[in-house]
Amino acid sequence: MAQSLDRLRESPSQTAGPYVHIGLTPNFCGIGGVYATDLGATMVNDKTKGERIGLRIRVLDGTGTPLKDALIEIWQADADGLYNSPAELRGAADPNFFGWGRCPTDMDTGLCTFETIKPGRVPFRDGSLMAPHITLWIVARGINLGLHTRLYFSDEEKANAGDAILARIEHRVRVPTLIAERNGDIYVFDIHLQGEKETVFFDS
Amino acid sequence: MTAESGSNRRPETGAFFQRDRTWHPPVLTPNYKTSVLRSPQKAPLPFDNTLSEIAGPVFGHAMLGKLDADLIHNFARPGESALGERIIVHGRVLDERGVGVPGALLEFWQANAGGRYRHKKDGYLAPLDPNFGGCGRAITGEDGGYAFRTVKPGPYPWPNGPNDWRPSHIHFSVFGHGFAQRLITQMYFEGDPLIWHCPIVRGIPDKAAVETLIATLDMQATIPFDARAYKFDIVLRGRRASLFENRLEGN
Repeated sequence: MAQSLDRLRESPSQTAGPYVHIGLTPNFCGIGGVYATDLGATMVNDKTKGERIGLRIRVLDGTGTPLKDALIEIWQADADGLYNSPAELRGAADPNFFGWGRCPTDMDTGLCTFETIKPGRVPFRDGSLMAPHITLWIVARGINLGLHTRLYFSDEEKANAGDAILARIEHRVRVPTLIAERNGDIYVFDIHLQGEKETVFFDS
Repeated sequence: MTAESGSNRRPETGAFFQRDRTWHPPVLTPNYKTSVLRSPQKAPLPFDNTLSEIAGPVFGHAMLGKLDADLIHNFARPGESALGERIIVHGRVLDERGVGVPGALLEFWQANAGGRYRHKKDGYLAPLDPNFGGCGRAITGEDGGYAFRTVKPGPYPWPNGPNDWRPSHIHFSVFGHGFAQRLITQMYFEGDPLIWHCPIVRGIPDKAAVETLIATLDMQATIPFDARAYKFDIVLRGRRASLFENRLEGN
């Protein structure tokens, strides 16, 4: 017998369920007075550096119906491509940009909106710059393990073409599933859980 | 919110261990019917963490309110408290290397003692408790420890099969140090026979994995004549040492 590695195993995931709002956005579902505000509801202030953008995101099931009980979290770098995180060793990120936001899908329309800034570029493991992107994490009733994907920007064609993660997508026809379409200051992004246009989700 | 400098430890920057997807419930668990139309059918794209997955936000203790970890009182009218079996839930957040995860944000939510959620989508017959909201949060200490007080949630029926019941459970959302550690799970209670009937629990393939989600009655931590205690540890993905990793700066 060799030595034991003495590793633990990750706690198995369980669905966030239909009442995820109670825990993560209580004010949104009418539970007032416990927390002053819902965490992650506001991402920018007057001093935040960078180009203001809006995200309009929906999550669609296998029939094309928008989920009305999902919750999306986003995580991104600041305008200079720095994360507001202890793991960021390249410099200090914008103190007026936390980089993380949370939004439940609207209970009637399924629409999820974020007001944020366009992130700068972040290096890949080999030092090459990835295209500007926002990391997404989606949970909902019926989703057993939170889904991880990215949002890239339609007006960053050149950067997208050189992005190390997008380059790994074998079926090129699926690359557009990760690219949000620009319309003025708004980027529109539909996440398809199934079907021909199924979004590329990650195992990372 | 700003990052807290609660520790002298050097920040860890190594990539997280590969997630064992056979230990988690698969995306499609047909007996949990909602998963049928919400489960991706194509294989996820694998890649080793980049900085986008390794980094993560830090939530400071300063954001917590005085009653955030006391669900018995945080929604109750002054001088009143929630109905039900008073319990303390405590434990540690660890990673797969067995080390405590300090500064982890835990958010929890649950039904009241009768099995009813304070949510417009819940129409179960059991009444709402005017003194119970059902949410709370805590941030782990230096050793990864946390604790909160609540009432034991009741089991409840749900429209999956014609007669499916959820075992008593508390939902947990966990932020570790990197966004790749993000996890939502549920805590069950030792001895609850409904656990082994539940289609959501049974989505987890390995019985040993289910058992890691069952909190143990902890008589030593019980407060006499006040509240019983349950111990529940949570394990997040471990991470590699960054010593031999490619430098993120690329040199």
